[in-house]
Amino acid sequence: MNDRTPAPRRRGTRRRRYAAVALAAACLTAAAACAPGSSSGSGDGAAKSAGPVSTDPAKAGKVTLTVWDQNTDPGSDASTKALNKAFMKKYPNVTIKRVSRSFADLKTTLKLALSSANPPDVVQANQGYPDMGTFVKAQLLQPVDRYAKTYHWDTAYPAQLLDLNRFSGDGKTWKTGNLYGVSQTGEIVGVYYNKAKLKSLGLKPPQTLADFQTALAKAKASGLLPLSYGNADKSPGIHLLGVVQALTAGKSEVRKLVFSEGAKWTGSGTVKAATVLRDWAKKGYLTQGFNGQSKDQAAAAFAEGKSLFLVDGTWQAAGLATKMGAEKLGFTALSPKAGDTPVTQGGEGLAWAVTSKSKHPDVAAAYMNFLVDENGMKLSADYGNLPALPPASYSPRSGTVHADVLAAWKSVSEKDGLLPYLDYTTPTFYDTLTAAVQELMAGQISPEKFGQTLQTDHDSFLKSR
Amino acid sequence: MSITVSRTTARKQRPADAPTGRPAGRRGQRSWKGYLYALPALTVLTLFILIPLGQVVQISLYHWDGLSASTWAGAANYAEIVGDPLLRDGFVHSLVLLLFYAAVPVALALVLAAATTRAARMRGVSVFRALLFLPQVIAQVVTATAWTAIYAPDGVLNQMLEAVGLKSVTRAWLGDFSTALPAVGLIGTWLEVGLCLVLFTAGIGQIPRELYEAAKVDGAGAVREFFAVTLPGLRGQITVALTLTVIAALRTFDLVYVSTHGGPGNSTSLPAYQIYNRAFNTSQVGSACAIAVALTLLILVLTFLITRLQPDETEEGS
Repeated sequence: MNDRTPAPRRRGTRRRRYAAVALAAACLTAAAACAPGSSSGSGDGAAKSAGPVSTDPAKAGKVTLTVWDQNTDPGSDASTKALNKAFMKKYPNVTIKRVSRSFADLKTTLKLALSSANPPDVVQANQGYPDMGTFVKAQLLQPVDRYAKTYHWDTAYPAQLLDLNRFSGDGKTWKTGNLYGVSQTGEIVGVYYNKAKLKSLGLKPPQTLADFQTALAKAKASGLLPLSYGNADKSPGIHLLGVVQALTAGKSEVRKLVFSEGAKWTGSGTVKAATVLRDWAKKGYLTQGFNGQSKDQAAAAFAEGKSLFLVDGTWQAAGLATKMGAEKLGFTALSPKAGDTPVTQGGEGLAWAVTSKSKHPDVAAAYMNFLVDENGMKLSADYGNLPALPPASYSPRSGTVHADVLAAWKSVSEKDGLLPYLDYTTPTFYDTLTAAVQELMAGQISPEKFGQTLQTDHDSFLKSR
Repeated sequence: MSITVSRTTARKQRPADAPTGRPAGRRGQRSWKGYLYALPALTVLTLFILIPLGQVVQISLYHWDGLSASTWAGAANYAEIVGDPLLRDGFVHSLVLLLFYAAVPVALALVLAAATTRAARMRGVSVFRALLFLPQVIAQVVTATAWTAIYAPDGVLNQMLEAVGLKSVTRAWLGDFSTALPAVGLIGTWLEVGLCLVLFTAGIGQIPRELYEAAKVDGAGAVREFFAVTLPGLRGQITVALTLTVIAALRTFDLVYVSTHGGPGNSTSLPAYQIYNRAFNTSQVGSACAIAVALTLLILVLTFLITRLQPDETEEGS
């Protein structure tokens, strides 16, 4: 009943297919006229970074300063708002246009904003190769060394904090060369403890890894969950490993690893740390099903008194204190030996930086100084943030977690105990490391294989650099 | 039989049967004019789809961090897809997801749809359909968040298992290396089964009742009726359902992004997730584009094969 023959249809589609291929090829050749990214990065940043600095924004005429920050949590949002308002009050000729994005959103959109024809004037750039390094390489940020001299940032900040914001001019070597920004806040990862539970076990706050492990064992024996840990988000794995590795490998080894100064991830310190983590998981010291538990769930369980310890960053202090009461919560950073300076991983808030194309770099720098001078630090602290340079006038009530956090930050940052986040090592290290920690702690790979996995990533980075 | 055939063929074969036996000259002229009419649509298509697609292909041939000057990579980014176990596994994971997103929902929906054909008339069919379709309407991020809570160590699933005395099997479903990928896959099954069922029940509604009556008169049971009448009548819908679900499986991103971040380890890492991660997080834009091209090709090949799976209606029909 149907007299159609399928053949013509087939020929028709084939013809159409050829046409499509030809069209695609045409588009390709049209697009291939220039390689991606070849037009960007006209290096006028260097030219601008010379010349005298005007420190008085009042003389700059009418200026609109576009600022991109990542201060979306209540504390830093409030302090940024207050500081912006104060700046505009002091300099009525300056209008600050604030664009605030969460960290994750900023990470994905800042690149596009920076490479546009009209980028923001001031941005918060994340330290490390994937973000700041890439921006510097594409010459999207300008060096702020001359401002650092003018405003004495170079003497106010400890060298290890300044160095995190340094890059060589080609963006290929971190922690050396030009300064590209300054940070307002500080942060370290440490051990939170429930004071009442610790006391009921007859224990003192741990000072060393040995103390900490004793406490974990004792809590386990008493039927209390020793350590709240949720690693479904993947980042807590870096924090837990970092805290242990700082003690098993030592600070110079960790720095050599992260900053590619010849150490190997297969070294005994790292493998030892991996072994410790795997043992904790095996012995049931950690929340059951931790790879499927979020970090917020882990923090909430600790706040509810379901566990003795939580290893997390100082950014958790405000939230935990609200839930538990600041007096009932303690914070400490562990030391290699009792009485030594504590060493732990941490860093500083995202660096405030000036873009190369900013038309008002002097005003931008004055604004940055307004954020990080003594008054800026004080205001930041007043809203519950941990200032990178705690002003003398900032003294939280003793016996509270805030006092613990400040004391730990001061000793770590001022006495050379600050270690870099491990995922700074290579652009892909975050993925490699977080996946490997999950595999290690689920017993999928051995501590030795763990070290090899990380070293492989590191090797391929060194080769491609 | 003629009713069914003309219905199914009318859907897709009009251009094919028209030219048969026409003189070649006229045909050529006609197609030129045709392209003129298609020009506006073609312009939009070129501007917004073909040119970006060409750029993706082009970028995939470079090492590019998204900002600074790029360097020529040739086929290196493609070689990496084959050589890098992480990327390779991603594609393997998506093939596993095909089972959960396409095969299981289509089979399940066929059985369910066949059962509903036995019911002569149902009240509230539209409500039923709307409910089945709901998973498709909800934003995937919401779906993922809800399922993450269900799969959590202290979530509903484990509570239910404990209640019936199966405490030994409880686990962090999304955090366990052996169960994470199937757990994500089952979310996909839940998502797609409603879509398939709605497609199939609508398709069955179009199959003439006489065929069912004829089958009954011939003494066919439920199973025989399904294979003789329902299944052939649903061929078109099955192709559509397979195409949609296969594409959904291969481009899965939100589910994994929200629920597991590709973990634990890399056990739920998928190409679409890698594309996002490389383009936006690790500044490997060239590699991201190469994965995107490979994924597009894979989807094209699979959907092409799906249309091939279905024998030409013309041959079947006569």
